[in-house]
Parts: sequence; C-alpha cells; structure tokens
Amino acid sequence: MIKVVLPANLQTLAGVGRVVELELPAPVTQRSILDALETNHPALRGTMRDMVTKKRRPMIRFFACEEDWSDASPDDPLPDEVVAGKEPFLILGAIAGG
Amino acid sequence: MSRVRVLVGTKKGAFILSADAKRKKWEVDGPYFEGWEIYHLKGSPADPDRLYASQSSGWFGQVMQRSNDGGKTWEAGGNQFMYEGTPGPHTWYDGSPHPWEFKRVWHLEPSRSDPDIVYAGVEDAALFKSTDGGQSWAELSALRTHESASGWAPGAGGLCLHTILIDPVNAERMFIAISAAGVFRTEDGGKSWKPTNRGLRSNTMPDQDAEVGHCVHRIAMHPSRPNVLFMQKHWDVMRTDNGGDSWREISGELPSDFGFVIDVHANEPDTIYVIPIKSDSHHFVPEGKLRVYRSRTGGDEWEALTNGLPQQDCYLNVYRDGMAVDALDPCGVYFGTSGGQVYASADAGDSWAPIVRDLPTVLSVEVQTLA
Repeated sequence: MIKVVLPANLQTLAGVGRVVELELPAPVTQRSILDALETNHPALRGTMRDMVTKKRRPMIRFFACEEDWSDASPDDPLPDEVVAGKEPFLILGAIAGG
Repeated sequence: MSRVRVLVGTKKGAFILSADAKRKKWEVDGPYFEGWEIYHLKGSPADPDRLYASQSSGWFGQVMQRSNDGGKTWEAGGNQFMYEGTPGPHTWYDGSPHPWEFKRVWHLEPSRSDPDIVYAGVEDAALFKSTDGGQSWAELSALRTHESASGWAPGAGGLCLHTILIDPVNAERMFIAISAAGVFRTEDGGKSWKPTNRGLRSNTMPDQDAEVGHCVHRIAMHPSRPNVLFMQKHWDVMRTDNGGDSWREISGELPSDFGFVIDVHANEPDTIYVIPIKSDSHHFVPEGKLRVYRSRTGGDEWEALTNGLPQQDCYLNVYRDGMAVDALDPCGVYFGTSGGQVYASADAGDSWAPIVRDLPTVLSVEVQTLA
C-alpha cells in the first residue's frame, strides 16, 4: 500500500488524515499518485497541479526517500521503497515566509 | 423573530456570527476552512441557506465552497476558471505588457432570484458566471476583451474585479468595478460593457480624467435606486445619479477621502457610510482613531460616529469588502478590521460594540437578515 503524506491545508480540504493510502498498479509515478488522489478526493483538483496542463503548482514540492522529486518527470517510476509502502511519498507546501 | 447572520472571511478561515434581532448576544461559529484565505462568502437572496465561499491559498490555489444549510456543512464545487480564448496582456506596474493570469476569486455575487446562479469577480480581472450552483464557471469574456483592457493595470492588491452590483429590477443590468480600471456597466447580461467613469479624477494617471484606469475601491447601491451609486475611490468619495454616466465628488470635510469601504443604509437610500483611511501609504485610520463617517444627505455633509470605537492608539485598516448592513429597523451596520475585530451597530451607527475582537485579519463581511 502506497502511503502519501499531505500538508495540513489539504488534509482539511479533503477531510482526511495526514497519511492517505493508495493501491496502484505498476509503474507507480507522481502522475499516477496525483491522478488517484484527485479521483478519490475531487476537492484536491487544482490544488497540487494545474487542472489543464497538469504542471506542478509553483509552491508545491514532492519528496521521497530523502530526495526532491519536484522537478523530475511526473512519469518517472518512484523508488521501490515508496511502491512497497516502506517510505512515504511526501507532498509539501514550500517553506515561504517567517 | 428575525435573525441576522454575519459571514466573515479572514486570512485564516471563515466565521459565522449569529444573533436575534436585538443583536446583543452573538454566537460565533468557526473557523471554517481553517488556515485558508477566505476572500469572500455570501448568501443567496433567493435561498438564504445557500452560501458560497471563495477559499484560496498562495500554495494550493483556488477552491470554491458551497453550503446548502446556512454554513453548517460545506462541499467543494468547481474551481476551474478558464479565460475564454488566449488572453492578451494587460499593463504591469512598470507599464510593460504582462500576461493575464488567474490568481483568485475576490468577490461572489449570487443572483437575487435563482440560488444556482452566481457571479465571481476574479484577479486578474474578469467576470465569471455559474448557472449550476458553482459546479462550473464560464467567463463573460466581453469585459476582459473590452478595447481598453490592454491598458488596465493592477492596484497594490492586484488587478482585481472586486465589486459586482446587480440591478434589482433588471438582472441583465450590472455594474462591476476593477482596481485599477474603473467601473463598467452592462445592459445585456454581460455581452457588452461600457466604461462609466466620467467625472473621476486620479492623479496617478498621466491623463487624470481618462475614461479608464481609475483605482475604484468599492461601489454601493441602494436597491430602491439602481441609478444612484456611491463610490470610495483610491482618493475621493463619489456619487452618480445617472447610472455612472457622470460622477461628482461628495467627500466634503472627511478627515481623509482615501479609504476602501462604502455602504448604504438599508432603509434610508441617502444615508451612507465610509471609514476614512489616512493615505495610500499608511493604510490605517487617521489620528489613531477608528471612526465611521455617516452622511444622511447622500454625501458632502458627514458626521463622525465614534461611540464604542477606539479613539486612541488605533492603527487598523478596513478592507474593501469589509462592511455590510442588515435589513432590520433600525438598520444594523457591521465592519471587520485588519486587526481581527468585527464591530456591530444595531442603531444605524450611533453606537458600536465588538462582536469578536481577535479573529485573523478580516477580508470580508456580509450580513443576511433571516425571517
């Protein structure tokens, strides 16, 4: 089971806890995770990526296995640890302000 | 017995304040959408339990919310605001062309007759309409493609369409205001628009009397007189008696004619309220005193209303959507501040008391008068 960690504002918007679990077929990618999140929680559409272009919103970051995946291709396969549920896929609001 | 419901949008969530017609004891509900900026929420005149809210964030973008039970529960609606066609540029602060980009919904104006129809004024300036209760939005693009649009430039808050007034008799006739472009009027439900800014003068433009480019902060109308509009401009308080064809200044002896809010008494069409702000570089009230000014003569002559408001060491602002009136007699007047207070007067402004003192910065205040 893939574990996705959402920032607090998206937890309240989607009405979910900090961790959302997803079951996805291979290959598991950023795109397949975001597609599943938006399908299961339509309120999240447009909050992480543009609804039309699917481009990541500028102040959203994606981390996994201590690596920054934000600028990687959304179709790159994610690490095995994420696919196996041993490591979470982290969605964050970028640090800005004080 | 009648009740009032005050809808408050803040920088960190929404609040709903409720009281009976005496307006002395208040219930405070919220925060709703905590952590999100709520630029505006407003109820449908046709169905007071239908509320719409604009929820936004610099990180997560625009979300639209709808309630069918007076704000007890909410559901996310459509949040796709697509400009029609390929939008051309508007003018940036430095005078250069800048691409038109959607940023947020500033103002929601539900139809007076159909709870599923609602208009949204957005930044970068455009007008959208939903006919399905906020599930989908279509741009009324004739406004943004007006021949003057390439010259529209943002005010300090952005190029925002912040006011929508629907003629209570003819719903095809509407006024909108954009900072900093000015007031536009449609007679055909948004198919065409005419700038209605004659008489405005703004020293921030090379041509002070230009037809378009004025930083209008707010306009207000009494429903019994759809041709009489009142305006708080960047500087100057203005009035028109002919639907915007010409304006005249009514600032009189106000301590400052800079400000954001303006509103009209619910039962006296010539009684209007403003809150003077020291200047565009200060953005707080003059002399450390929070004063509402009331004119009972439709402008020019003003009286300071101070009873119950702080008269020393006060340095607050009141944003453009931050004042509203109820429809009771005597009329209730409400406003929210940058310091998180929501003040209420149950006697048309003669005396004031805070409903709440410590909310996040208040962005908008609306009032519903419930049977």
